Amino acid sequence: MKALMFGWEFPPHILGGLGTASYGLTKGMSQQPDMEITFVIPKPHGDEDQSFLKIIGACNVPVTWKENSWEHVNNRIGRFMHPDEYFWLRNGIKYDFTRIFTNDLGCIGFSGRYPDNLIEEISNYEAVASVLAHQLDFDVIHSHDWLTYPAGVFAKRISGKPLVIHVHATDFDRSRGKVNPTVYNIEKTGMDMADHIMTVSNLTRKIVIEKYHQDPAKVTTVHNAVEPLEDVDSFVKTPRKDKIVTFLGRITMQKGPEYFVEAAYRVIQRTKNVRFVMAGSGDKMDEMIELAAKRGIADRFHFPGFLRGRAVHEMLAQSDVYIMPSVSEPFGISPLEAMQVGTPSIISYQSGCAEILNHVIKTDYWDIDAMADAIYSIVTNPAMYKSLHELGLEEVNNIKWYDAGMKVRSIYNMVTGMH
Amino acid sequence: MKNICFYFEIHQPLRLKRYRFFEIGQDHYYYDDFQAEERIRAMAEQSYLPANRIIAEMIRSSNGKFKCAFSISGVALEQLEQYAPEVIDSFRELSQTGSVEFLAEPYAHSLASLYNTDEFVRQLNLHADKIESLFGKRPTALRNSELIYSNEIGEVISKLGYKTILIEQVKDVLGWKSPNYIYCHPSISKLKLLVRNNKLSDDIAFRFSNRTWSEFPLTSEKFIGKIAETPETESIFNVWMGYEALGFYQHPESGIFEFLKAMPYHAIEQGIGFVLPSEAPKKSETVDSLSYTHPTSWAESKDISVWNGNDLQHEALSKLYAVSERVHLCNDKPLQHDWLLLQTTDNFRYMSHYDSFGTNYVSPYEAFTNYMNVLADFLDRVDAQYPTNIENEELNELLKTINNQEKEIEKLESEIKKMKPRKEKK
Repeated sequence: MKALMFGWEFPPHILGGLGTASYGLTKGMSQQPDMEITFVIPKPHGDEDQSFLKIIGACNVPVTWKENSWEHVNNRIGRFMHPDEYFWLRNGIKYDFTRIFTNDLGCIGFSGRYPDNLIEEISNYEAVASVLAHQLDFDVIHSHDWLTYPAGVFAKRISGKPLVIHVHATDFDRSRGKVNPTVYNIEKTGMDMADHIMTVSNLTRKIVIEKYHQDPAKVTTVHNAVEPLEDVDSFVKTPRKDKIVTFLGRITMQKGPEYFVEAAYRVIQRTKNVRFVMAGSGDKMDEMIELAAKRGIADRFHFPGFLRGRAVHEMLAQSDVYIMPSVSEPFGISPLEAMQVGTPSIISYQSGCAEILNHVIKTDYWDIDAMADAIYSIVTNPAMYKSLHELGLEEVNNIKWYDAGMKVRSIYNMVTGMH
Repeated sequence: MKNICFYFEIHQPLRLKRYRFFEIGQDHYYYDDFQAEERIRAMAEQSYLPANRIIAEMIRSSNGKFKCAFSISGVALEQLEQYAPEVIDSFRELSQTGSVEFLAEPYAHSLASLYNTDEFVRQLNLHADKIESLFGKRPTALRNSELIYSNEIGEVISKLGYKTILIEQVKDVLGWKSPNYIYCHPSISKLKLLVRNNKLSDDIAFRFSNRTWSEFPLTSEKFIGKIAETPETESIFNVWMGYEALGFYQHPESGIFEFLKAMPYHAIEQGIGFVLPSEAPKKSETVDSLSYTHPTSWAESKDISVWNGNDLQHEALSKLYAVSERVHLCNDKPLQHDWLLLQTTDNFRYMSHYDSFGTNYVSPYEAFTNYMNVLADFLDRVDAQYPTNIENEELNELLKTINNQEKEIEKLESEIKKMKPRKEKK
């Protein structure tokens, strides 16, 4: 089975959860012996792990015919792609894309980020997809998130191969209901054209069916998993007098930070030996600092700012409780990461990961009382901490990308009719 | 002669209400009355009352040959008295037929037998008093909460004068032995053990209306036939279940009541009788002893792990039973009543990760959190009566002195009274 995947991010250079999920899923799928994956991203950095799949950078694929010598091509992009491959791909140019600005090699420059001219970049990605669809040999097309749906659709139109799209989030999650019509249009067209749609949770599946009017039979949930943490033993919890309750993520309306502050206020009323941490940054940060001050708990409420890399896991490992009161979360990988380092998690029912986790505390995002009660219970009852710690670890270690990959494979088999 | 021994269990916990930690010290009422009333009314209307009517009819139509036993926990009795007193009346009528026996069990349907023998004994007495006051007869046969039993528990209850105890058929203990005989305790031969027949009991309680079951439909004739087919020497068939199986879990439409109604006729036809647990040992011989070295129960796992198998349950139980002596010392009525209700096994079962049967919580963690909040308030109240910084023994001494002082005063007063008339005579 040969899959042509369109993605937007790939580790180590990632901006959000999409890259992590793409990596985990493809790695899990690569354990299937007959699986060949070609993964297209707008702009590779050359340090991506290509041991289990082939990465093609869209910025190195010619879309307009330019005459160049082998040496010149080698000098320019030899780091990313063999010049022979460049020339071979050049034969796949069947349409006139001269309207698009290209460089000396006939390639388009991609930022690979989320720039202001995102819509333009998405349509340029489509042009690259046409070249690849003509030249590459594949059985199925797999598009990750709305940015790549047009590319997937175009590739399907050219090759006639089935298209599956992977919904990691919808605009309804990002905008709290106030959808951008352009984005919605791209998402809806992608879903309409897809042979099958995969969603990261039943919550997202419901949105896809209800808000994008898709046939429920065409939509399957494939829950995300989590990559095992290799240096898990290096994260230790230093014993301290005060318990630490942590919120970690973008401080935006979607993540429900104000509910955390209110819950913290209730807990502090009763117990003093507890501190609250709101790590991350976002447009609601100032408001939260003000709220904490207004409630008179600023001495026990801390804002360490944006954490990255190892610091994230260190913060999680030092915590006694991790809390994610998201208002709407398609999946939400961070509670799983907290559990990997043994930290009990409190999550909202409005998070997709709540569907697959048992050894966590679940509350409604608005239920401040329940949240406060859960925090209080974990920090005051050692048995509660111990159970969530031990059983949570066991649970999260059994959530494997391999299983998610097998589920994706069965969908491939279904749409291609291959077994 | 073969005899069937029917026994039905009635227990409903008084469920805790949602109790947040900020209510600790503010609110001393812990129960969800609305839920309790709704549940007990539903049970009474769908199961207890119609089933009692059927059983009364069976006793009448068989001329008193049909017999069965009931065990009603103290907690359930209180709820019935409050929300469904007609059920108590109905049981009183049944008890007057002479074909019905009420068994002893710990008042609070608790795990006291495992954690605190004094408390266990206290609850047995409390329950026996209650049964006697309601139905006029003190129980002589006993069933522990959830059929929990071990050799040690056997010793305790034997000392209290109970001669028969009802226990679960546990494969690890019985091995090849059949449950259809009377057994006894390994060292106390006068304590008789009746063993539940799992197959026959669960056929009615769980499988009766299951259409995918190979023996469906189960008729009285078939059921009695199975008993008649057993070897001649097998003498007692213990069919025990929760009373809710009749009418609530097995709906009336399944024909469960008709199935029961036809039972005495078919049994008598096959020469099979009915027997009460306390009479059973007199009717047939004791064949062997059974040694239950570990506590067992009628939960699916046959052990006690559904109530005290994980860290949450250990924590809750150890915190609770740590104060049992202190609660015994005080004579604050509401406190002692809460003490009983907090011991109900269901509270702990809701904290089980794999078998939280009947739970009204979304997770074991929520059950634990809620329970611990309630317990924290309760412990504060106990502490207010007798501060924890005074050792139990010291406290005992102090109380003894106070109590003795009272007795001393009484003694002296009575002496004064005796002396007064003498003076007058002079």
